[in-house]
Amino acid sequence: MNAALQGQGIAVRFGATEVLHDVSVALPRGRWTSIVGPNGAGKSTLLKALAGLLPHAGSVQLLGRPLADWPARERARQLAWLGQNEHGADDLTAYDVAMLGRLPHQPWLSPPGADDHAAVERALRATQAWDWRARPLGQLSGGERQRVLLARALAVQAEVLLMDEPLANLDPPHQVDWLLLVRELVKNGKTVVSVLHELSLALQADELVVMAAGRVVHHGACGEAATHRALERVFDGRIHIQQVAGQWLSLPKL
Amino acid sequence: MNAMAAYHRKALLLGLALLLASAALLLLGASVGSTGFESVLRMGQDAMAWQIVSEIRLPRTVGAWLAGALLGLAGAVAQGLFRNPLADPYLLGSASGATLGVATAMALFGVSPLATHWLVRIGFTGAAFVGAVVAVLLTLLLAKGVQHTLRLLLAGVIVGVVLGAFSSLTLLLNPDILQAMQSFMLGSTAFVGWSAAGVMAAALALCLLAGWLLSPVLDGLALGEATATSLGLRLPQMRAALIAVLALATGTAVAQTGLIAFVGLAAPHLVRSVVKTTHGRLILLSSLLGAVLLTAADLLARWLVAPQELPVGVLTAVLGGSYLLWLMHRATAHEGGGR
Repeated sequence: MNAALQGQGIAVRFGATEVLHDVSVALPRGRWTSIVGPNGAGKSTLLKALAGLLPHAGSVQLLGRPLADWPARERARQLAWLGQNEHGADDLTAYDVAMLGRLPHQPWLSPPGADDHAAVERALRATQAWDWRARPLGQLSGGERQRVLLARALAVQAEVLLMDEPLANLDPPHQVDWLLLVRELVKNGKTVVSVLHELSLALQADELVVMAAGRVVHHGACGEAATHRALERVFDGRIHIQQVAGQWLSLPKL
Repeated sequence: MNAMAAYHRKALLLGLALLLASAALLLLGASVGSTGFESVLRMGQDAMAWQIVSEIRLPRTVGAWLAGALLGLAGAVAQGLFRNPLADPYLLGSASGATLGVATAMALFGVSPLATHWLVRIGFTGAAFVGAVVAVLLTLLLAKGVQHTLRLLLAGVIVGVVLGAFSSLTLLLNPDILQAMQSFMLGSTAFVGWSAAGVMAAALALCLLAGWLLSPVLDGLALGEATATSLGLRLPQMRAALIAVLALATGTAVAQTGLIAFVGLAAPHLVRSVVKTTHGRLILLSSLLGAVLLTAADLLARWLVAPQELPVGVLTAVLGGSYLLWLMHRATAHEGGGR
């Protein structure tokens, strides 16, 4: 398999507690993979470790090359990150925030070029945030802010996008827009990896990595029965996966 | 791009207004004193009037402007670097560290802090820089990072008090320059000569350039460390460079004018209340606003109890302290907490 990101024996400790135990995972190129699991399963920690944003044991390869071997800016051009509840930057306008995504492309001391402005406009339009580009981030609602932050990650134009809870604060129509956007990215050969709490939305992905208690317990296609069984198991049998109108949905077992 | 053009224009207008205010204040500064405006009118014919304006009023007014610019710049850098709107050279303990640096240099070499030779000014600036760096590092160590506003402020206050006590001790051990050092520690521009102004101008040029070059790091950091790192920014090296800028700006101002509180806190806040902008512009505008604030405060200090004058540091402490209280009250009312 041609993996965009490959983790081997990843272990993460927070003080005396090990929160990820010897995780190995290969995320295929040009696909959308969702990482799911109950609270405290280690989903965000794994995503951060794969992005090289957390000290960890084991190794990570990005596009076939060890993550540590990539020069920082080159790596930043290949791998974009959208964190969970990124706060701050309230005084920057939506446009300035999206332009941050172009930092890895701009030579030091050079002002943004035409390419950068074009990429930022495309990203803000893709997330329907273009209309309030001159408004400071601190004056936007939670959902509007999230769309600007998503535009910031899109503006990087990276091969691999890692997103931790990207749908936080988005209303259902904008969640659908996000799904369509991700499908478009994948269609264009990009790799998307997301951590999602909303299981029905996560089941729209190509592949699911199912985690529990700091381990990957299953990795498979979203439509496979084995994947559904793994999901039901890690949620203590309190959900069941069912197909409705051609889509897999997670329903509560009452 | 109309919306963006309006936003750029607002920042430009503020910059122009501050430049205009600076010019007016510098003119006023050259005119205020015991001999009044008359000295300015007669300076062409009268050597004494010329000396009063060119050797006393102008250097101290220009010095106040430069010290304010350095403190405003330091405040903008500190608030961006520590992602903390209450960070300020004074509250982080760096100003106290710089004072201790000057006091130590003074004790070691037996030179008055008011000496005007430019080599002495550079020596004091170097000592103040080292003191400021040590103080910031101590504050960070004590606060275990920059995340908690209250912890950072408490650590800064503790470091400030402890280093201030060491400065007082150094003073007591050198009674012959006690008086000069005391007026210096209260914060005053009365003793700023052209050599001190020259040192501050050089440091301001260097800090503005470095601050501008490093401003994308502050923009990136605004969204958190993880995001900044993901954007390819080398945070450890760039943080160290920004701390050096912060310490150089604070140290240079403190070495020439003593402890002047809260200009670094107020200037970036006031800029942000008018225009929301990137750190590159914020640093420049905060620097200009800090300059305007301190020059205005200096004029007020010279005028309030004329023919006597107040140490400007006392005035900024009273005004700035009230402003800090109001900011903290507003933050608590908005957020319901101290974070």
